[in-house]
Amino acid sequence: MSRNLVLGAVLSAVFVLAALISFAWVPYDVTQMDITNKIKPPSPAHPLGTDHFGRDILSMIMVGARTSIAVALVAVGIGMGLGVPLGLAAAAKKGGWLDELIMRANDLVFAFPSLLIAIMITAVFGASAINAIIAIGIFNIPVFARLTRSGALSLWTRDFVLAARVAGKGATRISVEHILPNVTNLLIVQGTIQFSLGILAEAGLSYVGLGAQPPTPSWGRMLADSQTMVSFAPHMALFPGLAILLTVLGLNLMGDGLRDRFDPKLQRARQ
Amino acid sequence: MNFRKIGTAAALTALLAGAAQARDEVIVGLQLEPPHLDPTSAAAGAIDSVLYANVFEGLTRFMSDGSITPGLAESWDISEDGLVYTFKLRSGVTFHDGTTLDAGDVKFSLDRARAEDSQNAQKALFADIDTVEVVDPQTVRVTLSQPNGSFLFNMAWGDAVIVAPESIDGIKQTPIGTGAFKFSDWVQGDRIELVKNPDYWGDPAKLESATFKFISDPTAAFAAVMAEDVHVFSAFPAPENLPQFEADPRFQVLVGSTEGETILSTNNKMPPFDNVKVRQALAHAIDRQAIIDGAMFGYGTPIGTHFAPHNPDYVDLTEMSAYDPEKSKALLAEAGFPDGFTTTLKLPPPSYARRGGEIIAAQLREVGIQTEITNLEWPQWLEEVFRGKDFGLTIVSHTEPADINIYARPDYYFQYDNPAFQELMTTLNNTTEPDERSELLQQAQRMISEDYVNGYLFQLAALSVANVKVQGLWANAPTQATDLTGVYWQD
Repeated sequence: MSRNLVLGAVLSAVFVLAALISFAWVPYDVTQMDITNKIKPPSPAHPLGTDHFGRDILSMIMVGARTSIAVALVAVGIGMGLGVPLGLAAAAKKGGWLDELIMRANDLVFAFPSLLIAIMITAVFGASAINAIIAIGIFNIPVFARLTRSGALSLWTRDFVLAARVAGKGATRISVEHILPNVTNLLIVQGTIQFSLGILAEAGLSYVGLGAQPPTPSWGRMLADSQTMVSFAPHMALFPGLAILLTVLGLNLMGDGLRDRFDPKLQRARQ
Repeated sequence: MNFRKIGTAAALTALLAGAAQARDEVIVGLQLEPPHLDPTSAAAGAIDSVLYANVFEGLTRFMSDGSITPGLAESWDISEDGLVYTFKLRSGVTFHDGTTLDAGDVKFSLDRARAEDSQNAQKALFADIDTVEVVDPQTVRVTLSQPNGSFLFNMAWGDAVIVAPESIDGIKQTPIGTGAFKFSDWVQGDRIELVKNPDYWGDPAKLESATFKFISDPTAAFAAVMAEDVHVFSAFPAPENLPQFEADPRFQVLVGSTEGETILSTNNKMPPFDNVKVRQALAHAIDRQAIIDGAMFGYGTPIGTHFAPHNPDYVDLTEMSAYDPEKSKALLAEAGFPDGFTTTLKLPPPSYARRGGEIIAAQLREVGIQTEITNLEWPQWLEEVFRGKDFGLTIVSHTEPADINIYARPDYYFQYDNPAFQELMTTLNNTTEPDERSELLQQAQRMISEDYVNGYLFQLAALSVANVKVQGLWANAPTQATDLTGVYWQD
C-alpha cells in the first residue's frame, strides 16, 4: 500500500472518528456558553482553548466535523445517485438524443460558477445546512455523470460487453451488470476528491453565513467568528483552519493513493 | 544619473507635500455608506453620519453632550402659551451655491418636511406645527397647534435641517447646505469628499478638507486604522480590537455614550408574546452582563427601560428584569408553557445583534425557549421585521435621541398598544414645565418596564478610534453625526 494512501486514510479516519465520538461524548457542551472564560489560549482544561463565547474549541471542532462530514457525504451521495445513472444512460445511447440532452444539461450546470449558485440557492430558500447540501450536491451531478459516461464508453467496445449483447441482454442490464462494476474504481476515487471539495464548499458557505446556522458548530463559521480576533487570539482561527486543512489533505491523499492502486497502468508500471 | 536625482526630488516633494497636507485634511472611516445624500428624506443614519453639522445645519443643533444650542437661528422668543416660536435668523448666511439663507428657506424646509407627501423619516417631529410664516427675511414665526416641550430639540435633528428650494432637486447627489464644509465628490462604494467652506458664517473649519471612507468589513476596518489609511474610525465595528488600539501610542480610543438603547425587540402582537407573563419570563431569562461582555467586550451600560442612562431623567429599572432563570421558568409554566416554545430570532448585521443573538439564544434555551436564528442584511431586516412585522424576536439598537414616544405608536414594529401610555405621551407633549416633564418621563419608563414590552439589554457605547493627534472629535453620539467643524491636528 502506498504511503499516501495510509497517511490520507489515517488523517481522514481521525476526523471521522472525532465526529462519531462526538455523538456519544464531547469534553464540553457546545451550546453552553461561559462568557467569563472567553478567548482563553490552550490549557489542560481546554486543550485547544476557548472561543469568544467561552466554548471549548476542541468540542466545537468535534461537533463541527459532524456537520462538515454529513454535508459533504450527502452531497456526494446526491451527485453519485443522480450522476451515475445519467452517465450510464448517456453512454448506452451514445450519440442519440438522450446522450445529447444529458450531456448538454451537464455542460449547462458546469458552466455556472458553483459557489455563486450555492449562494443563490441559499439566498432564495434560506441559509441552512440542508440547502447547502442541495447546492453542493447539484454540482456533483455533472462530475459523476461525465466520469461515468467516459468510463462506460470505453467499456462498451470491449469483448465481454459484446458477449453480453450477443447473449441478448438489454442496454439497462448490461449497464448495471457489466459496466457499473467496472467503473466503481473510478467512482470511488472521484468520490473521495468530491468529498474533500464538499468539505471545502461547506466551510466556504458557512464562512459567509450561508451554511449551518448557529448554534450548530461549523468549521467555516468558527473561522469567520475568529476573523477580527486573529491578531490577539490566533488559536481561535488556527485550530478550525487546521481541521479543514488536514481533512481535505487527508482525503486528497487518500484519493490519490486509491487511484494509484486501482489504475492498472500504474500497477503494471510498479511491477 | 540625472534620472535618479529627478526621481529622488520628486519623491521628496511628494513626501513633503504629503506631510504638509496631512495637517489639514482628515480621513474618516465609517462602516455604512449613505444610500443618497438628503438627510430630510430617508431614515438612514449613515446620511447624518456624513452630513450633519458638516454640510447641513438646522435652526438649532446638538452639541457633543446632547445639549441644544442655536444653529441657524441666532435667538428665539416663545410666547406665553408655548404656541408661537419666533426665530431670529443669523445674518450673512449663504448656501454653498451662493444663494442667501432667509426666512423663505426656513418656511420651505419646514413645510416640505411636514407636507402630506413628504418623504421625511421623522414626520412626527413636525406634527405639531400649524403654520410657518415669514415675518421678514431674517425672522420666521412658527405657530404650533399644541404646546410641544421638545420643539427646539426636534429642530436640532438631522431630519430638520434647512435646505434651499433652489438646490432641492439635486440634493440626493449634490447636497447644498450652509455648513462649514461643502460637498465636493462622491465616489459610490468608496468615499465622499468634503472641502472647507470659505464663506462660512461662524467659526471656519480648521481642516481644509475631509474624506469619509466606507469600510463595512470589521477586519478591513481594523487593518485600515492600523495602517493609518484612515485617521479616524467613527463607531468602530469590532469592540474586541479596541484594547489593541489603546495599547498602541499612535491611537486614542474614544468611549462615550450614544442614544442607542439596544433591545431584544419583541413582537407584542404575536402569540405567545401577547402574554405579559411570557415577556416577563423572557426578561428574567436574559443575563445582560454576559451579553455586554460576550458581544461588546464589556462596552455598554445595562438598561432596564427604553431610556438613555446619561439622561438626568433616567430611572434605573434593571432590577425589574434581573437575571433569574428559575423565576423565568416558573413564569413560563404559569403562562401555560411549562416546556417552553419555539420562536424566531432575526438578526441584523451589527456584531451587537449577531453575537448578542447567539448569546441570547443560549440563555433562552436554558429556560426552554428555542429560537430559530436567521441572519438578515439591513434591507431584508427593514422589509421583513421593521415593515413586515414578521418576527418573534429581534435585536436592534434604537439610536434616535429621546425616542420613548415610539411606544405610543401601536403600529410601530414591536406593536405595543397601551392606551394609558399613549395618553401619557400626549400629556407629556402638552407639558413644558421641566419638573412635570421629568416626572412624566419617569412614569413612562416605569410603565414600559412593568409591561416588559421588550427585553432591555444595554446602552450602546460610542466607540471611536482616532490618530492620537486628531483633536476636537465628539466622544459621545447624541445623534448620528461626525461633527468635523471643530476637528484639528495637534502639532
